[in-house]
Amino acid sequence: MVLVEFTQTVITGVSVGCIYALVALGLVILFKATEVFSFVHGEIMMLGAFIAFTCITFFHMSYILSFLMAVLVTGLLGIGIERLTVRPLIGQPVFVIAILTIGLGYVFRAFVSMVPQWGTETWGFKTPFSDQYLRSGELVIAQDLVFIIVCTVLLILVLAAFFRFTKAGVALRATSQNQLAAVYMGIGVNKVFTLTWAITAALGGIAGVLVSPLTFVHMYMGLFVIKAFPAAVLGGFSSIPGAIVGGLIIGVAESLSGFYLPEGWKSVTPWIILILILLVRPQGLFGIQEKKKV
Amino acid sequence: MRFELKRSYWEDIKIFRYRSDFRWYMALVFLLLVLPVFVGDYYISQFNVVFIYSIVSVGIMLLTGFTGQLSLGHVGFFGIGSYASAILVAKGIPFLLAMPLAGLMAAAIGILVALPAVRLSGMYLAIMTIGFAFIVEEVLARWESLTNGNMGMVVEPPSIGPIEFDSEFSFYYLALLILILSLFAARNILRSPTGRAMISIRDSEVASQAIGVNLMKFKAIAFALSAFFTGIAGSLSAHKLSFISPESFNFLESVKYLAMIIIGGLGSLHGAVLGAAFLLFLPGVIIAVKEFLPHAIASQPGLEPLLMGLVIVLFILFEPMGLYGRWMKIKHYFEFFPLYKKDTFKRVKSYYKAEKH
Repeated sequence: MVLVEFTQTVITGVSVGCIYALVALGLVILFKATEVFSFVHGEIMMLGAFIAFTCITFFHMSYILSFLMAVLVTGLLGIGIERLTVRPLIGQPVFVIAILTIGLGYVFRAFVSMVPQWGTETWGFKTPFSDQYLRSGELVIAQDLVFIIVCTVLLILVLAAFFRFTKAGVALRATSQNQLAAVYMGIGVNKVFTLTWAITAALGGIAGVLVSPLTFVHMYMGLFVIKAFPAAVLGGFSSIPGAIVGGLIIGVAESLSGFYLPEGWKSVTPWIILILILLVRPQGLFGIQEKKKV
Repeated sequence: MRFELKRSYWEDIKIFRYRSDFRWYMALVFLLLVLPVFVGDYYISQFNVVFIYSIVSVGIMLLTGFTGQLSLGHVGFFGIGSYASAILVAKGIPFLLAMPLAGLMAAAIGILVALPAVRLSGMYLAIMTIGFAFIVEEVLARWESLTNGNMGMVVEPPSIGPIEFDSEFSFYYLALLILILSLFAARNILRSPTGRAMISIRDSEVASQAIGVNLMKFKAIAFALSAFFTGIAGSLSAHKLSFISPESFNFLESVKYLAMIIIGGLGSLHGAVLGAAFLLFLPGVIIAVKEFLPHAIASQPGLEPLLMGLVIVLFILFEPMGLYGRWMKIKHYFEFFPLYKKDTFKRVKSYYKAEKH
């Protein structure tokens, strides 16, 4: 029984960790390619969830179609954010853009609270996996959780292939190494930035739709992302495998501490782990400390 | 047009650059001293809040604006200051002693935070400080024997000797005095070797190391000083509100603090105060303007966060030097009237990925 409880907690943790990993992945890709740290990622996630919710509940679309709609709209939103607000600031200190994204977050939250039928209430929608369970012996796992894990693994594979085999992926990697050299090699850095924003925003949208069965859909669900920050930093902030490992560590640790430790520990465990690891390795688990040239 | 002639080092680091500056500040102080006689309690209360947050803003300006260390966890120091002062006063320690003690306690914890923080930079630091804010909020909520947990604490109004600051009117003078003292202290710190070391760290860590600035030491000092000011402000705020509970020290408050210094203009003490005043008078202005708006817009609860977000975004896009930067530009325009060049204040771009410095 103890073992079953433990396994179940770990699996819940892994699936939540997968969402953290997806969010952290978006943050890390964006940071690697454009040196922008986005605090608006959570709000993009929330908008993705709201769009899927609207498509399913009001337009009676299928789950897959709504999912795609959410990805499309958030991707376009990412392009919009880049073109209108981030591009004029390219080359400015990192934290100026970070604070800009905090401001955008406020705007999006306020926008959602003003849209009729969205507002400040909490919503939920049915997925094809709701209320269905996988059973093996005493172990019962909700299919929603399994779907999250499967989706994350698929997405990571697709992203890895994209970075490795496509021209755009290589351009993105080149830009993340050296912007100036990338320009000299004939890469349109501005286009790469737009592409990066589109990809990461779409990743945020996907995470939003996936997480809705766990957190429900409401205007503050973007705050979920704050817990993905330690995941991204834990992994080293410049390493894609690091983001995934960091997400899983944070998810499992949070889930286990919620189950075994007294109340209140659940929300601080990720941060305590983060601070402890940063004390030992300031560059994170997989990060490389960049030596500064003068 | 004014020609500057400096004949000694001391003239370069004077507290007031020109004699006329001193007169203007005195005029401003005089104006603020007589102001509460003429305006109602509501406005006095607004000013009290502005004074308290200006102190916070000065503290964060020292850390972010002058040392270049981004912190998103200052609400933690604010909370520590509030609770420390409230608990000390409840235990019978006079307010005059409890307030600096609260500041010192925040400063001590600031040094603790700085221990891991001095090795981090940029966004790593920002995220670690978010963690600090979360941990403080959780500790305040769970340490029930000391803080009364989520039920919150009732705080007595401050009193110094026989004088009780229990009305908005009397509190106004207390807050104003402490704000002036804080500004004076911050100005003096900035013209001391410590302040100059802090500024050099902001401009280039490598260069300041090369001329013998101990990075760890001065970053820790900056954290401690910043936490001290924030703790003092927290103490004042607790006694003004007379009730505190952990949820008012949410991480999102820190965003407000950062917005204050960005809107005011990074790297200037004027900006710290201007930003705090702007951001805290904004809700009042929104409420006043609401009456003239159509009902459908005015009844939206999201109006205030929307405007807050828009103000941050627009300031960063169009006036990155903040309110004080705008003031400088206007002043510059008239000072150099026919010779004004638009590019004087142009931002210099730097491509981080290409050349790290």
